[in-house]
Amino acid sequence: MSLAPGTAPRRRLDGLAEADIAQATGLYQVLREDGSCDEGELGPELTPLKLLEIYRGMLVIRVMDERLLALQRQGRIGFYGEARGQEASVIGSAAATRPDDWILPALREAGAGIFRGMPLSAYIAQIFGTGDDPCKGRQMPCHPGWRGANYVPMSSCIATQLPHAVGVAWGMKIEGKGRVCLGYIGDGGTSEEDFHVAMNFAGVYQLPLVIVCQNNQWAISTPQQRQTAAETIALKGLGYGLPSFRCDGNDVLAVYSTVAAAVARARAGGGASFVETLTYRMGAHSSSDDPTRYRDEGITEAWKQKDPLLRMRRYLEHKRLLDPARDAELAVEIEAEVRAAVAAQEAAPPPPVESIIEDVFAEPPAHLREQLATYLSERE
Amino acid sequence: MPVMNIIQAVNDALRIEMRRDQRVVVLGEDVGKFGGVFRATSGLFEEFGPDRVIDTPLAEAGIIGSAVGMALYGLRPVPEIQFADFIYPAYDQIVNELAKFRYRSGGQYPAPVVIRTPYGGGIRGGHYHSQSPEAYFVHTPGLKVVIPSNPYDAKGLLLSAMRGEDPVIFMEPKRVYRAARGEVPEGDYTVPLGQAKIVREGKGITVLAYGAMLHTVIEAAAKAAEAGIDAEVIDLRTLLPLDLETVLTSVRKTGRVCIVHEAPRTCGYGAELAALIAEKALTSLEAPIERVAGFDTPFPYTLENEYLPSPERVMASMRRAVEFQ
Repeated sequence: MSLAPGTAPRRRLDGLAEADIAQATGLYQVLREDGSCDEGELGPELTPLKLLEIYRGMLVIRVMDERLLALQRQGRIGFYGEARGQEASVIGSAAATRPDDWILPALREAGAGIFRGMPLSAYIAQIFGTGDDPCKGRQMPCHPGWRGANYVPMSSCIATQLPHAVGVAWGMKIEGKGRVCLGYIGDGGTSEEDFHVAMNFAGVYQLPLVIVCQNNQWAISTPQQRQTAAETIALKGLGYGLPSFRCDGNDVLAVYSTVAAAVARARAGGGASFVETLTYRMGAHSSSDDPTRYRDEGITEAWKQKDPLLRMRRYLEHKRLLDPARDAELAVEIEAEVRAAVAAQEAAPPPPVESIIEDVFAEPPAHLREQLATYLSERE
Repeated sequence: MPVMNIIQAVNDALRIEMRRDQRVVVLGEDVGKFGGVFRATSGLFEEFGPDRVIDTPLAEAGIIGSAVGMALYGLRPVPEIQFADFIYPAYDQIVNELAKFRYRSGGQYPAPVVIRTPYGGGIRGGHYHSQSPEAYFVHTPGLKVVIPSNPYDAKGLLLSAMRGEDPVIFMEPKRVYRAARGEVPEGDYTVPLGQAKIVREGKGITVLAYGAMLHTVIEAAAKAAEAGIDAEVIDLRTLLPLDLETVLTSVRKTGRVCIVHEAPRTCGYGAELAALIAEKALTSLEAPIERVAGFDTPFPYTLENEYLPSPERVMASMRRAVEFQ
């Protein structure tokens, strides 16, 4: 990785080096599938504690998703979108941030919010849409947001969050506290105009911004080849003058190292970067989807061998930081926490009806107060 | 007291607020060094620099989308969309993001963005430099919509909008950008959002208008007075929140209503006004509610004076209402 903070020059077409193209077309990897790795690639900040923290963050996603998907199948929650298979992309990138950095997520980054301190109970309250939801039950499941973790709730619209990330990064730039904004997108989202707008603004303004594309190769039923004719998604960044990198999105240490270098560069005033993490959507798009209708699940089976948790677990076992017993204990701990939060939310009341007119504006104007009063009088 | 036109009043409001509040930033196409195609941001780049007066690439969704992000982070962005006709590439950002952010985040992430945009016809601009898209935004919960008709209100309303906590679509009547001149106090003052203004008192008929059409209505009311029709003219100033009390008080007095806007008639803002008046003051009405509006056509180039409500059309409409028995 040749990405020294603060040193990258503005990219010019005639200045594009072989190395720039290689970084955007190759696949940077740190952990081999057997869990071995070249330790020289790892920064000194990846202490045993941090490595275990990263692994736990990944495990939280896996355990939580399994549990919540099961609840959806039982009809206890209305909808669920899991991130199975993408845990390395989510946590590897989030682990490269500081608490005062911001995250503008796409659909599958809730684990990043939780990793950064969003309580599991808040996430699950959002899924149930109860009065405990910090977002007051305003959106369907899997649209969490938690100001305490600077984790901004997404809309269901695709790519709209990236221009927001540009604006947040602009605020950070003029504030000058060395904060960085991470904006996430999926492979499907790279076809949207807001992606191109944001990439263009990011390149022009040299902002403290890292745009991370989790390429899970499927946008519901549409494969990557139907989304773009570009050889890789990372290549798109070069056209916008952004240093662009492609890494193995199932290798949490490759994702971490790539994003950490981009974050460091952004923090030092070196401008925005673009990172593609190549991963695979092991599950369905959501609980409303059935991938057997449109894709060869034999390929999905093959990707199971590249399971990001398996690879990180093997690495930690090599390093004697984890053993199967401790791993099982961790999963039990997490599942107990999930089950307790679910039980609490199944018993929690919905938001009060009066809250329906709150937060449209800072103060409900007269016409909204009148609509609520009419509703309440008719209900009696 | 200095005399200003609307552009100068807008410029004055922006300068005052940028001096008072470091969080205010201006962004848009050509707003920086050039000072905007209508000169509304003239001199701001020189005084406040490129971090706060930002020339953007040519992409309305990027302008509004990044303004939303700035507001989430705590800035007070005032983006300019060069012509309201070009606001649609940013429509998704306005309707699905800006308008919903406070609500969808349960109040955690308000997005107080004030979008300035010149609107309206009468400048030989054809389809794409003449539209009045206010109804789309009034229909979107979470947005306030403000349309001044004169320099005093333009400055006072813009200062209020920039100090508020909510997103505002601030539409500037470009046909009278320079023609509408008036005394404007130096320094700081505000005109609160949600207060209409009775521009001419009368007993015979209530005429409701805003923006450039207000001037057409004033001309019509003067002609009507010669014909013995005593019109009460109300400048709504803010479409949302609407000052319904001022409207209803007038309607209860006159019993007759004429609503004037240059946007197309069907589902225009006049339709909502008519419905509200019918709901709240039906028994005061002595004639059907009249609407004078643009045709339900795209805005035409050559026939723009035929498309736009004229004093004669307003006069004819008032006469119909007054003579109804």
